[in-house]
Amino acid sequence: MIKLEHVSKSYSAGIPALNDVNLEIKDGEFVFIVGDSGSGKSTLIKLLLKELEPTEGIITVDGKVLKKIKRKHIPKYRRKIGVVFQDFRLLKDRNVYDNIAFAQKVIGEPTNHIKKRVPKMLSLVGLAAKYKSFPKELSGGEQQRVAIARALINEPNILLADEPTGNLDNNNAWEIMKLLEEINEKGTTVIVVTHNLEIVKVMKKRVITVKKGVIVSDSEIGDDDED
Amino acid sequence: MRISSIFYSIKQGFKNIFRNKMFSLVSIATMAACIFMFGLFYILFTNFSNMVREAEQGVAVTVFFDEGVTDEEIQNIQGQIALRGEVSRINYVSAEDAWTSYKQEYFEGYEEAASSFGNDNPLENSANLEVYLNDVSMQHSLVNYINGIEGVRKVNQSQDVANTLSDLNKLISYITGGIILILLGVAIFLISNTVTVGISVRKEEIGIMKLIGATDYFVRAPFIVEGVIIGLVGAALPLILLYFLYEEICVYIADKFNFIGSMLTFVDTRTMFNTLVPVALLLGVGIGFLGSRLTIRKHLRV
Ligand SMILES: Nc1ncnc2c1ncn2[C@@H]1O[C@H](COP(=O)(O)OP(=O)(O)OP(=O)(O)O)[C@@H](O)[C@H]1O
Ligand SMILES: [Mg+2]
Repeated sequence: MIKLEHVSKSYSAGIPALNDVNLEIKDGEFVFIVGDSGSGKSTLIKLLLKELEPTEGIITVDGKVLKKIKRKHIPKYRRKIGVVFQDFRLLKDRNVYDNIAFAQKVIGEPTNHIKKRVPKMLSLVGLAAKYKSFPKELSGGEQQRVAIARALINEPNILLADEPTGNLDNNNAWEIMKLLEEINEKGTTVIVVTHNLEIVKVMKKRVITVKKGVIVSDSEIGDDDED
Repeated sequence: MRISSIFYSIKQGFKNIFRNKMFSLVSIATMAACIFMFGLFYILFTNFSNMVREAEQGVAVTVFFDEGVTDEEIQNIQGQIALRGEVSRINYVSAEDAWTSYKQEYFEGYEEAASSFGNDNPLENSANLEVYLNDVSMQHSLVNYINGIEGVRKVNQSQDVANTLSDLNKLISYITGGIILILLGVAIFLISNTVTVGISVRKEEIGIMKLIGATDYFVRAPFIVEGVIIGLVGAALPLILLYFLYEEICVYIADKFNFIGSMLTFVDTRTMFNTLVPVALLLGVGIGFLGSRLTIRKHLRV
């Protein structure tokens, strides 16, 4: 379970990016987070990954208070989480295969297992043919799919996806959404930040709307209470 | 740590080197320059101190005896002196030997004049012991000791030569030690600088790895492997160069420092490199290890 209690986050100065956020996401839930640009969605994801520390408030994940996790235990915490970063964050000097294999290396998977799993994952995101390419040789959408493959390959307990379909055409976007739904059905908690309101509408999942750092609505099923 | 992770780190370390060719080349070149300088000074130092040691060993004190002291007594005294630790060897020069060499030295070409002495030995009481030392700085105390032995008439010594040599030896070790220390400092500074440049390029990568859940160790290990390899290669190259240049360097030194004169004897290549190779390789590896480790530590906070 993910729980935020009175969480605020201010960057160096000015208005807080998140302001007194209270939120509960149960295990196995599928949640969309929507909101205008700059409303604080990515900030929320970064807090959950413990990439950033909240200025105020308490974040609890699976019973653990994030603030209290010791530095040396952070890697262990992060390994349970798969992340698709808004800016992909692929390792520039490694090819597609190595980028995805890296996530498996990190959790100590044996090489022969990795060799079988990576190609499967690549064909799931439709990139089987590009396994040797380097990130700079890929289109934005292709890079995004590598990022998704990397986030999914360890079958994480929690998946944080920051705009995972932002660079994809409609067909590809739907493919990815199906993939996320599948992994959710296997038990992974999925949190998806998106601007694609059409997808949100069709998927009929819980939708959290953020505006200027504040949660303005939290609806159980993707309704039409958006502008 | 799993075996597969160790293999991964080593493989990744090698890959890093080839991925960042420019960076690797600069690091290796820096390392090579430092180790080359180190090797050069090491060679200089070893040869100088070797020469001084040889010169020292050529310095002897000569012990003369009272009239009527028999050969047997001289041999007893010789045995007594030989027990001293600073003595490397003792030559017994009999009166006949002394006369023979005197004749050779002073009557060369005038053998007839010498023969006028017939079978008489004008140097009858000049039987002596030449005592060679392995450490000239001990000469003074040895002379005092020998003077105290009964039957000894006189001890000739050359205190000046002894002092000069032992001072020279000290001076050389201080200077070389200082230069090598400075060189090491410079090497670590340069390597750390180069690694910093290399890492700042990869800072983003390190951050990504850590966000995916990689431990410090997992991120750090390939960089350490990389540093060690750079250190090894950076040390091996100048060693090979120095090996082939050694003879030339010896000739060069002989030429530049010929005021030492005929005492120029060089340590042979084999002996020299038997110690220089392991010392330099260890240094290279050590600097590479430390340089990358310290620098990565600084940049690993995510
Ligand atoms: N590193 C930072 N330093 C300072 N301010 C930041 C930083 N990152 C984000 N902000 C600010 O915090 C606010 C929220 O940013 P955030 O990235 O969470 O928005 P977002 O909802 O993800 O927007 P988008 O939909 O465009 O990705 C913005 O006003 C942004 O300018
Ligand atoms: Mg964002």
